[in-house]
Amino acid sequence: MSDRFSAMLLRRADDALVLGHRLSEWTGHAPSLEEELALANLALDLIGQARALYTLAAGRGTGEDEDALAYLRGDREYTNLLLLELPNGDFAVTIARLFLYAAFIDPFWRGLSASRDPDLAAIAAKAEKESAYHLRHSAEWLIRLGDGTDESHRRAQAALDRLWPYTGEMFEPEDEVLVAADICPEPAGLREAWNRTVDSVLAEATLARPAEGWMQSGGRAGRHTEHLGHMLAVMQSVARGFPAAKW
Amino acid sequence: MTEARTPLWEVFIRSRNGLSHRHVGSVHAADATMALAAARDVYTRRGEGLSIWVVPSASITASDPADKAMLFEPTASKIYRHPTFYEVPDEVGHM
Repeated sequence: MSDRFSAMLLRRADDALVLGHRLSEWTGHAPSLEEELALANLALDLIGQARALYTLAAGRGTGEDEDALAYLRGDREYTNLLLLELPNGDFAVTIARLFLYAAFIDPFWRGLSASRDPDLAAIAAKAEKESAYHLRHSAEWLIRLGDGTDESHRRAQAALDRLWPYTGEMFEPEDEVLVAADICPEPAGLREAWNRTVDSVLAEATLARPAEGWMQSGGRAGRHTEHLGHMLAVMQSVARGFPAAKW
Repeated sequence: MTEARTPLWEVFIRSRNGLSHRHVGSVHAADATMALAAARDVYTRRGEGLSIWVVPSASITASDPADKAMLFEPTASKIYRHPTFYEVPDEVGHM
């Protein structure tokens, strides 16, 4: 049970850390000062969520501390969603990715805040307040990009089309033992809520929902795109170059 | 980011119940909703606020700095307008 619990925590923590790191890559490059701070805020929310989950996992049996879990595992040991490791692309891709994920993770955290595990429930309750803002921020931007200029509409639609095949992975089954024990909600149960959120925002954004088709998979099993290894090489370079350094 | 597409908004934040909103700075944003979001992200990162107002900067009518002498200098000689000019009797207590 403790192995299953830790593995689930690492999936969720890896999601938060990988997306948090991607958003942090905008620092110094964002389209405006306001959005630069906004993206950095979102990144810090996500990295904070990852830290809480890694620390809980470390306390419940992985035996490593949060730094070791974040900085000393290779890409095959990361179990994040492929969607979150893709490069930022242009601003439309960044916003569309954030929106597609936030529309899923916000109700997921809400479900998880009713977990039988009180520590996990507390982390989820805090994370839900953050993800609710991530959803609002990304939805407001997506509406303005879709319903903005010809170029912003074209880029937003292209971003959605490109990311869509990576959305199926979010709804892959969570560990059945944990779901049966009311420790964790079943992601498939959130699909309807996700569809409602996505459809209403896309309608307002005058964007077309991409056709359902083949979905990418493999992140949960450690089979990643070529992008994660490069991202981790940058993210982990200081920790690997100076083992046991304090900062 | 042109001024026409993302005009300037003045940001006011109320930090606690019972206090009034205070001007803290400005943001560029396309509309009121995005201005509120930008104000939240730029000016409330360290728990500064409970409430935010944003106002289009263009809606503010400001006094002309060139009128400074006419508008403000005449008050300098009227020190009796300060409440400290009067003796407050002890019986009044805390004011």
